[in-house]
Amino acid sequence: MVILFGFTLNGFEVLAWENMSILEVAGFYGIEIPTLCFMEGLSPYGGCRLCLVEVGPVGKSRLVTSCTYPAREGIEVRTHSQKVLQQRRMLLELYVAACPSSKWLQDLASKHHVTEVRFKPKGEECILCGRCVRMCREQMMGEAIGYVDRGTQRRITTPFDKKSEDCRLCGGCMYVCPVCQLRCQGPKEESTLCSSCLNLYPPCAEKFEEVMCYMDPCAACELEKG
Amino acid sequence: MKTFCHCNNHYGLENSSIILFMQNIQRNCGYLPEDELKRLADNTGTPLMDIYSIATFYKSFKLEPQGEHTITVCTGTACHLRGSGEVFEEMAAVLGVGSGGGTSEDGKYTLEKVNCLGACALAPLIVIDGHYHGNVTPGKAREMIEEHYK
Repeated sequence: MVILFGFTLNGFEVLAWENMSILEVAGFYGIEIPTLCFMEGLSPYGGCRLCLVEVGPVGKSRLVTSCTYPAREGIEVRTHSQKVLQQRRMLLELYVAACPSSKWLQDLASKHHVTEVRFKPKGEECILCGRCVRMCREQMMGEAIGYVDRGTQRRITTPFDKKSEDCRLCGGCMYVCPVCQLRCQGPKEESTLCSSCLNLYPPCAEKFEEVMCYMDPCAACELEKG
Repeated sequence: MKTFCHCNNHYGLENSSIILFMQNIQRNCGYLPEDELKRLADNTGTPLMDIYSIATFYKSFKLEPQGEHTITVCTGTACHLRGSGEVFEEMAAVLGVGSGGGTSEDGKYTLEKVNCLGACALAPLIVIDGHYHGNVTPGKAREMIEEHYK
């Protein structure tokens, strides 16, 4: 038997089933919550923290990851409060600083109006979102890659850093990687934050995803060059 | 050499007992050899990746062959303040290992750092093959190695 219950989502009374996450309910009601490590068909991981939402009454609220937090009766959820937006922008700033070469992260940053990166760019090749690990394990039944070491040394690799016997070279890990796809090679490529899309209206990251951003160099960069 | 198969009967073949198997391998071999871990994966049905993750997560699991004798230098706060850094450098110089520790060329000694041994009153502290030695100075450390083990 399916049990329906109600809770407050951005001030509206909404209904949800048991075992539904807040992210799923919000998606069902057409509220977009940005995600990075979440992917349909893979188990939620809650590692990227980008899907943060505020749960609880004002003043007593806390931030939780909506992809792993189950909707419960009577809770009060705000998906786009000032607190949440601020945290998301900070997270994106950190992500862009970690991996300035990723198109995915640059687009997300543009979309959320991140206009400056106050951190030293690191140029890493991985943000440990774990999509590839779960893809390999849950969809490809491969179990060829996983996390190794811990703390700041944590990284994703194969056992003993050798070519894994479990790997079938399906390429699923690269397909889901948010960092593997490089950003456009326009004139502003050296800067940490691209945000060229912000100069166009409407922002191309949102509206013309396939038309402009895949062009090499992108239209926004060309316009800037004059 | 005793291998993992001997302990099959002691612990059930469950995922939760994987650390016990690994500790057993380490006890018998001194470290975790690659082929032993592969055999463990085959026998328990646990992915090799998971086993490797666990082996790298816990500092006490070694993936490199260890020396006959293990020398552990405490680098906790109390020991650090009372000069464990110099003790470690002296040890490293005597044994001819790098500044990060490691196994000496003849395979006799392994030098390693540890964060705290919980005997801060004896700082600086070193452990040689399970025996604690407190109030060590670089000179004493050198003597200890030269007298007892060479």
